[in-house]
Amino acid sequence: MLLIRCPWCGVRDEVEFGYGGAAHVAYPADPDALTDAEWAEYLFFRDNPKGPFAERWVHSAGCRRWFNTVRDTVTHEFLEAL
Amino acid sequence: MRLPTGGRIDRSTPVRFTVDGVTRTGYPGDTLASALLGAGVRQVGPSVYLGRSRGIVAAGVEEPNALVRVGDEAMAPATTVELVDGLVAETLSGRGRLAEPDRGRYDKQYAHCDVLIVGGGPAGLAAAATAGRSGARVIIADEQPELGGSLLSTPDATVPELPDGIRVLTRATVFGYYDHNYLTIAQRRPGGGRLWHVRAKHVVLATGAHERPMVFADNDRPGIMLAGAVRTYLNRYAVRPGRRVVVCTTNDSAYATALDLLGAGAEVLVADTRAQPPAVAAEVRGLGGEVRAGAVVVGADGDPEVTAAQLSDGTTVHCDLIAVSGGWNPAVHLHSQAGGTLRYDERRAAFVPEASRQANVSAGSAAGEVDPADPQWTIPSPAGTLHTHFVDLQRDATVADVLRATGAGLRSAEHVKRYTTIGTAHDQGKTAGVNTLGVIAEALGVTPSPTTFRPPYTPVSFALLAGRDRGDLHDPARVTPVHAWHVERGARFEDVGQWKRPWYYPRAGEDMTAAVLRECRAAREGVAMMDASTLGKIEIVGPDAPEFLNRMYTNAFAKLPVGSARYGMLCKADGMVFDDGVVLRLAEDRYLATTTTGNAAAVLDWFEEWLQTEWPDLRVYCTSVTEQWSTIAVVGPLSRKVIAAVADVELRFMTFVDTTLRTGVPARIARISFSGELAYEVNVSGWDARATWEALYAAGEPHGITPYGTETMHVLRAEKGFPIIGQDTDGTVTPIDLGMDWIVSKRKDFVGKRSLRRPDTARPDREQLVGLLPVDKDALLPEGAQLVADRVPLTPPVPMLGHVTSSYRSAALGRTFALALLKGGRDLLGQVVHAPLGDRVIAATVTEPVFYDPEGARRDG
Repeated sequence: MLLIRCPWCGVRDEVEFGYGGAAHVAYPADPDALTDAEWAEYLFFRDNPKGPFAERWVHSAGCRRWFNTVRDTVTHEFLEAL
Repeated sequence: MRLPTGGRIDRSTPVRFTVDGVTRTGYPGDTLASALLGAGVRQVGPSVYLGRSRGIVAAGVEEPNALVRVGDEAMAPATTVELVDGLVAETLSGRGRLAEPDRGRYDKQYAHCDVLIVGGGPAGLAAAATAGRSGARVIIADEQPELGGSLLSTPDATVPELPDGIRVLTRATVFGYYDHNYLTIAQRRPGGGRLWHVRAKHVVLATGAHERPMVFADNDRPGIMLAGAVRTYLNRYAVRPGRRVVVCTTNDSAYATALDLLGAGAEVLVADTRAQPPAVAAEVRGLGGEVRAGAVVVGADGDPEVTAAQLSDGTTVHCDLIAVSGGWNPAVHLHSQAGGTLRYDERRAAFVPEASRQANVSAGSAAGEVDPADPQWTIPSPAGTLHTHFVDLQRDATVADVLRATGAGLRSAEHVKRYTTIGTAHDQGKTAGVNTLGVIAEALGVTPSPTTFRPPYTPVSFALLAGRDRGDLHDPARVTPVHAWHVERGARFEDVGQWKRPWYYPRAGEDMTAAVLRECRAAREGVAMMDASTLGKIEIVGPDAPEFLNRMYTNAFAKLPVGSARYGMLCKADGMVFDDGVVLRLAEDRYLATTTTGNAAAVLDWFEEWLQTEWPDLRVYCTSVTEQWSTIAVVGPLSRKVIAAVADVELRFMTFVDTTLRTGVPARIARISFSGELAYEVNVSGWDARATWEALYAAGEPHGITPYGTETMHVLRAEKGFPIIGQDTDGTVTPIDLGMDWIVSKRKDFVGKRSLRRPDTARPDREQLVGLLPVDKDALLPEGAQLVADRVPLTPPVPMLGHVTSSYRSAALGRTFALALLKGGRDLLGQVVHAPLGDRVIAATVTEPVFYDPEGARRDG
């Protein structure tokens, strides 16, 4: 059960949060200009590193704000914002 | 046998207890196991697979044999059951039986602390004293009824007092160690228990150690016990489990047992596997005991109970108890659960903590401070057999079983565990684990390597985990403000998400089919009404609201006139249909979007995610107003008359107006139809909902207005080919697959649009929504039925074309009909498909999905 620091509400229990997967995967500015492969890359392909991973969380049961953080996927330590 | 003096029992008030129908007496302070031993009973239930006689082995949670059922506790080791007056238990053979229902009271409590100390033995008490004096918030948890740990088993030891302010949890087993120092504790309480959730800054694991049995022939006989347990029974419970005792040991610790046995009047022979016995051996000899160095028990005689020990020197020693100590395993379970690593300590022949991953430290025996031991993984028997060398008493698994696994090529302890089931019983291998790993390592000629420990440390009942979240309290039930009326009218309800929705309203003597046919007829031929308050409602407000909706919905909303409504569809980025609903434009900068009942929260989350993470520049706010508005649908050719009786409105299709009803209630009335009939939706504040419902009902009574439920709603919409998202779709269906090309804007981008021209989404043989008319007009296709092509032999493998998503009897059509997702379904119109149902096959013709009023002539009444 992770302890997660919401930038707005402080440190809270994981049950208050929703997980949003990898961070910094921007919606393409012009999807129509992308090839099928490029669009598939955006839709389906994500890094799955062993170690630091930039990811998104949303404080669903609190302020309902999204935020980014970096978590070590081996130790579950938050390397940013905690 | 109970000793005349000593022990931490209260001899002044004997208590009576009954096991397997026989009543005996014991004392407060006893466990069920110590009371049985005190009464001279060592045998418990026979073993689970082999039916071999078994006895009490241990004095704590590691007990493998003495499982009992006590009250609502389906299965517990007798060594952990506190004796109370009138206790009734039955012995088990490795299998429990759940109480039905569990009448215990279970609660949860959440706590935070600076230091959580697990274990109230000498190490834990020392840690608690130090932490407590520092002013830290301290919790100490121990599974026993009183603190002290091994001190309770040591003669003349006193348990030190703790400083004030420390929260002491007794009868409390820390069973789970999760991320970020989150631990769970199962606390036994009278008539139930309490589940503690603790977040600790620091954790001290002072969990002690478990003694290992020794693995020789017939080592499962009743009367073979762990040496440390024998000492506990002697000193803590004043029970001497045997009079003539062979103590067999690989380490120094068992000498304390030998001395205490001698002090209690027993005859003692110590067989020490080591060539050089320790100095304490002289003390044993001085008290009249015998010590044989370099000797070990190789087999046990007696059936069922032990009568003699065969020693490696060829002698046979008559005895009624063999006390064994194969060495000590630090209780590293929680350290390992927390992600800490273990290393094999050669001297102690045990796994000890290596490095912690979280903020925890092990102390005392748990840290590896146990006596060095001379490992004896498998003690050869004179007969050369290994099939009664038990490593896991609860699983009846022997060295022969382990060697069969390694002989079959298994090298990983995890594989051997799965092959043999060793370590998977109620005790989770507390006495079996390291011995098995030693046998495996010996067989493979390698150093023992550990397996992973996972929660729970000891079994936890589901009743405890559930606490009060059972029955009506399991999940909140949401009801509309009109709910009581539905109940009064005898509605049957169905669960939609957390909502209780009227399903149908049977009249006397009606079954569901008859009621739904009647309700459908009323909606098609007269007038009917439904409580649609559960639909999700989201207000989308701000100067950029039009642009935002254009980006989210597959169709355009920026140019929707104020006062108008439009059906809209939402896709996920992969182009698959996510939700749908009607959107009203309330003002230039204000919309009201409705969602499906079950998806209201998900749609709001979806909107907010895009607004916050992709388009923070858009000035848009979303607010859920589901609970603020109640919605009453009035449906049918006579609905205009009913509305006219309550309000003075003239509405074109897909428009709405904010008005005041003749009752004085402010209302928003829209002309929206989910049935194809002339229909209105009257929206009022939840406070006014019941009165407005009754006013509409009264206005409709002259026209025979009929309340209807979700089943009729489903039939009416299916007759029109309107899909239900989540029933006719499953997250793999695009708007094109639904045949709804018209709702996909060609002009603007929207979330998911690019995906619709991916090669896979553009395949012509995708599953598409079609209608089905069973050839037999009375045959009802089961929803979910698989469909196969015509003239395909029904011998597996049979290629599947798709499945039935909705299926009903239609009053309007006078027959059954269905909707289905079929591969390349649009090309199969007019063809016959078959639903093989085991004992029968239903044939159906593929049709357009719109069955009723395809020209839309009825929507204006």
